[in-house]
Amino acid sequence: MSRIEWSDYACSGLYDELLTEGGVPREAALELCRYLASLSAQEVAELKSAAEVAIQVMGITFTVYSDGNMIDRAWPFDIVPRIIPLAEWQRVEAGLKQRVHALNLFIDDLYHDQRIIKDGVFPAELLEQSVNFRPQCVGVSPPHGIWAHICGSDLVRDKDGTIYVLEDNLRIPSGVSYMLENRNVMKRVMPEMFETGRIMPVDDYPAQLYDMLAAMSPRPGDVPSIAIMTPGIYNSAYFEHAYLAQQMGVDLVEGSDLIVGTDDCVYMRTIDGLKRVDVIYRRVDDLFIDPEAFNPESMLGVRGLMRAWRAGNVALCNAPGAGVADDKVVYAFVPKIIKYYLGEEAIVPNVPSYLCMYDEDRRYVLDNLDKLVVKPANESGGYGMLVGPHSTAGQRAEFADRIKADPRNYMAQPTLMLSAAPTLCAEGIEPRHVDLRPFILSSGSDTYVTTGGLTRVALVKGSLVVNSSQGGGSKDTWIVDTEGA
Amino acid sequence: MLSRVAENLYWLGRYLERAEDTARLIQVSRHVMLDFPGAAVMGWSSLINITGSHELFDEHYGKRDEASVLAFLCADRRYGGSIVSALAAARENLRTTREVMPREVWEEINQLYHSVTEQVSRGIAMRRMDGFLKSVIRGCQTVTGMIIGTLSHTPARTFIGIGCYLERADMTTRTLDVRSANLLPRTPGDLTPFENLQWMGVLKSLSAYQMYRQQMRHRVRGPDVVAFILKDHLFPRSINRCLMDLHRNMYSLPRNGEACAVVTALQNRLESVDAGWLAGSADDLHRFVDDLQVGIGEIHDVIKSTWFAGVDEPAPVIST
Repeated sequence: MSRIEWSDYACSGLYDELLTEGGVPREAALELCRYLASLSAQEVAELKSAAEVAIQVMGITFTVYSDGNMIDRAWPFDIVPRIIPLAEWQRVEAGLKQRVHALNLFIDDLYHDQRIIKDGVFPAELLEQSVNFRPQCVGVSPPHGIWAHICGSDLVRDKDGTIYVLEDNLRIPSGVSYMLENRNVMKRVMPEMFETGRIMPVDDYPAQLYDMLAAMSPRPGDVPSIAIMTPGIYNSAYFEHAYLAQQMGVDLVEGSDLIVGTDDCVYMRTIDGLKRVDVIYRRVDDLFIDPEAFNPESMLGVRGLMRAWRAGNVALCNAPGAGVADDKVVYAFVPKIIKYYLGEEAIVPNVPSYLCMYDEDRRYVLDNLDKLVVKPANESGGYGMLVGPHSTAGQRAEFADRIKADPRNYMAQPTLMLSAAPTLCAEGIEPRHVDLRPFILSSGSDTYVTTGGLTRVALVKGSLVVNSSQGGGSKDTWIVDTEGA
Repeated sequence: MLSRVAENLYWLGRYLERAEDTARLIQVSRHVMLDFPGAAVMGWSSLINITGSHELFDEHYGKRDEASVLAFLCADRRYGGSIVSALAAARENLRTTREVMPREVWEEINQLYHSVTEQVSRGIAMRRMDGFLKSVIRGCQTVTGMIIGTLSHTPARTFIGIGCYLERADMTTRTLDVRSANLLPRTPGDLTPFENLQWMGVLKSLSAYQMYRQQMRHRVRGPDVVAFILKDHLFPRSINRCLMDLHRNMYSLPRNGEACAVVTALQNRLESVDAGWLAGSADDLHRFVDDLQVGIGEIHDVIKSTWFAGVDEPAPVIST
């Protein structure tokens, strides 16, 4: 490990989150860059190992499968934080609130009158072919009209500094526990940076989440009984499920812990007997939550849960069927959706998108596969994608066939030159590509956005894939108030 | 507390105790047998009988010699009561209940499991056997100590305790049954030195020898040993003491009436039995131990139906 010399830091041709071209720190990152440059090589190495020890001691893990075995791996973490100035963040925050508000109106409309289709803004055939539309949800009115209570939107920054929304995760977005734990690690290893009070705190998320969930209770007035429903210890996000349950002081349940009574209410089996459950933060995919309504083979679900939900006896967060708006093809319509429901222009733009269902767009995509990123509508975790500039002719031919066979299922976007942030690598400090996943909580009366979010970093040189399942890591994210400086 | 979590903690307690008791049993058996090698073959065979695993053992091993019995009881994953299997099961039960347990307990069990697995996979030479068994006992005691010292007196702790005391009572009945089988019938007071050694072996299998000497204050005699193991109120591994501790733990739980009554009924049977009479007849002792085993099974069943209610038999709804 060597000392950090910003004059040697080579980051040309892309937007760097901390420094401008030529190695000059941005205003919000000035203090951090000075601090890091003041450290000896020995101190840099100590900082890195202190973070590794903290992660091990705190037991921050994620789960991967290998040869049929489950392994808890230490969470890959980089000690150099990513910094966003408060003023810029406030604009992004307003954009996310606007976006999620519109998406909730859109989902509610799709399961009721479908005005947006009747008014010719959203094509009926897209809905007909959507794999995430749940006919079982038609006509249901969840409390306050909220379907996507918890949204994780992925943001990226292009070469010119523009922040785009890359996708919205409305089903069961994960990662928020790592956002919280990353901050805890940083406070342990770099306490002096937090003494100025200019780094905005992130730790009220569990309290905000609890309040939002409590507001969904069908029995207002009582202390609501809230549970997080997990697929179990073999799920890759089990750490997060257990973490959030612990932080909020609610029960962590599996499907087999719950039972729906003849009164269509949900109960959990406790040593005191059956105890009514008012709100379930479900971390199980909606197709598996109720073998009676969906997949009859599901061992993870609770028979009758949908009955109880439709009767209004339990709140499910996110609501089943919310995923209809979590689709990379629907994504392309979000600016129009915002305009239609709110009469506003999108504050944070979408990445320009080509929908293969349209002849003209498809022709363009097929002619430019080497320049585009092609995504299937319903995959997550970065699977099933074609990254044009990094692809082989064979892969492109395969994708061309797939697109022609099922055009509705594919969309394409120009390959963005994702922004980078300085990252402590084996060879020293180097730029690595990053994205950002903030989390948005909607209760109907209030919308809360995390302060920053989870910054994910592609640890492999040149890689654009930030998913932890594919060699990604993460950084702490600092929203810094430069006004008081 | 969720029924599933309670059930996992109960099994955590049982498996942790099973690993420790098995290690104790092997350790003491070796010491006793070293004193009279002539009885060795019979002795190793009796260990298989104590653990009630003869069918599985005979299916996989040719003869009941020291090496086979030790490999089976320490390291055979096909046998759920082996030290390795019991620790693996304890760890799995804790894995799903990590959120209610102090983090260091998880780390300790995890470490114990990995260290035992590693030693077993390298093979345990006979001269290192004692060290291995000591490390298992010490590891289990460390975990137990951490639980006692750091886990609040919530139902989590109660269910671990219940599992532990029930398993201990079960192991004690088995030990008494098998170890005394070839000693009876004898005339009380009329002991050869050899018998005296064997009764000492029974006590030592339960780590009871020293406490027996302190409390009974006279030489080792069959009826006294039987009475001590069955009825003593003070020795932590006597069946009566296990049932007292079990009852005390259950009493703090909701809806404990039926379960406590089942335990009390078994205690009454213990208190009223004539130990001298049992020590006089192998058949009578064996029959009585059988009764105790049935009683322990009933306690398990009532624990299960009261607090871990199965899918088809929902527990009563509590008003909130």
